[in-house]
Amino acid sequence: MIKAQNLIRDFGPRRAVDGVSFEVGKGTVLGFLGPNGAGKTTTIRMVSGFLPPSSGTVFVKGIDVAVDPVSAQKSIGYMPETTPLYEDMTVSGFLKFIAEVRGFSGAERNSRVDRAIERCFLGPVRNQGIDTLSKGYRQRTCLAQTLLHDPDILLLDEPTEGLDPNQKQVVREMIREMASERVVMLSTHVLEEVEAICTRAIIISGGKVVADDTPARLKTRSTKYNAVTLRAEGGGVAETLGKLPAVEKVQVLEDGRVVVFPKAGKSIAAEILATAQEKKWTVSDIKVDEGRLDDVFRQITATEDTKKKEAA
Amino acid sequence: MNEAAQHVMAVAKREWRAYFDSPVAYVFIIIFLMLAGFFTFSLAQFYEAGQADLSGFFQWHPWLYMILVPAVAMRLWAEERRSGTIELLFTVSVTPLQALLGKFIAAWLFMLLALVLTFTVPFTAIYLGSPDGGTIFSGYLGSGLLAGAYIAAGMFTSALTRNQVISFILAVVIGLFLILAGYPPVTDLLSRWAPMWLVDGVASFSFMPHYEALQRGVIDLRDLAYFASVIVFMLFATQVVLKNKVSR
Ligand SMILES: Nc1ncnc2c1ncn2[C@@H]1O[C@H](COP(=O)(O)OP(=O)(O)OP(=O)(O)O)[C@@H](O)[C@H]1O
Ligand SMILES: [Mg+2]
Repeated sequence: MIKAQNLIRDFGPRRAVDGVSFEVGKGTVLGFLGPNGAGKTTTIRMVSGFLPPSSGTVFVKGIDVAVDPVSAQKSIGYMPETTPLYEDMTVSGFLKFIAEVRGFSGAERNSRVDRAIERCFLGPVRNQGIDTLSKGYRQRTCLAQTLLHDPDILLLDEPTEGLDPNQKQVVREMIREMASERVVMLSTHVLEEVEAICTRAIIISGGKVVADDTPARLKTRSTKYNAVTLRAEGGGVAETLGKLPAVEKVQVLEDGRVVVFPKAGKSIAAEILATAQEKKWTVSDIKVDEGRLDDVFRQITATEDTKKKEAA
Repeated sequence: MNEAAQHVMAVAKREWRAYFDSPVAYVFIIIFLMLAGFFTFSLAQFYEAGQADLSGFFQWHPWLYMILVPAVAMRLWAEERRSGTIELLFTVSVTPLQALLGKFIAAWLFMLLALVLTFTVPFTAIYLGSPDGGTIFSGYLGSGLLAGAYIAAGMFTSALTRNQVISFILAVVIGLFLILAGYPPVTDLLSRWAPMWLVDGVASFSFMPHYEALQRGVIDLRDLAYFASVIVFMLFATQVVLKNKVSR
């Protein structure tokens, strides 16, 4: 439903987005990750039709967004990063305005507003002035605004930023539930969120896509993926394990535990267990690392940074 | 109602409410009425002149509008840009043209409301004598169109910047130019050293000759067309600015 082809956006001499391409279909929750200033917001703005790309094209349901933003926006609900709202209105007044602009009037408008208020738990503040809302409620009001016209595509720029843990959970549930029939594209810095709801993750850094995969497969890129941490008593544990053919390196932690890193793509848990039995070690604790998205994120984006430093 | 009209209406309604949900509308209307009354009754010596003629009332409107209309128009776009709501407005299927028409209509209607509330002045004139109804009508028509032209200019300067103060000052300067370009003392001064065609050229931009014709009770299509073209030009310029500068 969204197809971005080689998007480039320059701000003066600075290239904020540098050749981003991706394609997403129905049922996808796409997580957009990257360090600050990577170009996530800029990319999402280009998809939303707010910011024209310097070059490249975005198609939303086959419509070129730069050519016909108005039609494209009919299928898009967009929540900007800064959660801009009309401060002088009340929550329900604001939602009514957006509903009207979205083409609903009378009873239809009111029922859509009520439903959005209900879904985003805005009941307690529906008649409160937006200028007096807390950050979390502003966030939810802005989210509610995206749902009014039942769009096929949701673009959410850091949707759970500033929400309390309960609300984070609620919003994640909501996103997951809505995604089956739609496309949700969200940016976030919360990696657990990506694991929890995203079916696909794109990491961008310096305006370029540096990884594009499912969260599960991304995790396997971690050097810690399938690493085995164990506490074993016996002679020369570290040395023995270090000699196993599938082992990359062994690290002894301060508390005496041993971390065994496998060579890329290898799984070593079974072998380690067999060795332990053979050598009659007493193993009191053993754990296989699943890899952490944090580590992958850091691995990928840090190398980008160092590359930049080298270039400079 | 077709879709474009619905968008324009929705935006206009929002803007209209924004005036009245804040003290702006009331403060503005009170000040406008007070100043209009002050100029008319004390400076123009409405009573003393002893004639039931409203020229002392209408002649001050260009100056009043020059200061007050930019105050009404300055927030129209500057505020949207400062607070970032422009990003919302332009991602909910509203085109810049629809949005600016909505805002223009709301601000203009607001000015017209303030103008209508000066009805006591013509009533006083009627009480004092028997003014010409047609002249009163064409005077109001001219004043209403003038207000529209100022709003359009103020909206244009509002789109240029995120800063309301800058928007206000620019709008006052444009207003001043449009008044003075055709103001006899200025054109006289100008004609001493500038060639006549230049003086006329500059003067033809001015509100004044067109406004004065309407004040005298002469409704000429060319004068109406002048105001319409100022409005259309300013709205068009606003649209160009919005299309090129929305992305901050
Ligand atoms: N309007 C603008 N004018 C100039 N530079 C801009 C503008 N908008 C963004 N940039 C620059 O483009 C780059 C990418 O910004 P962007 O907001 O897309 O980053 P981001 O990935 O969303 O970051 P964050 O995680 O902090 O939200 C940054 O270097 C930023 O300074
Ligand atoms: Mg961002």
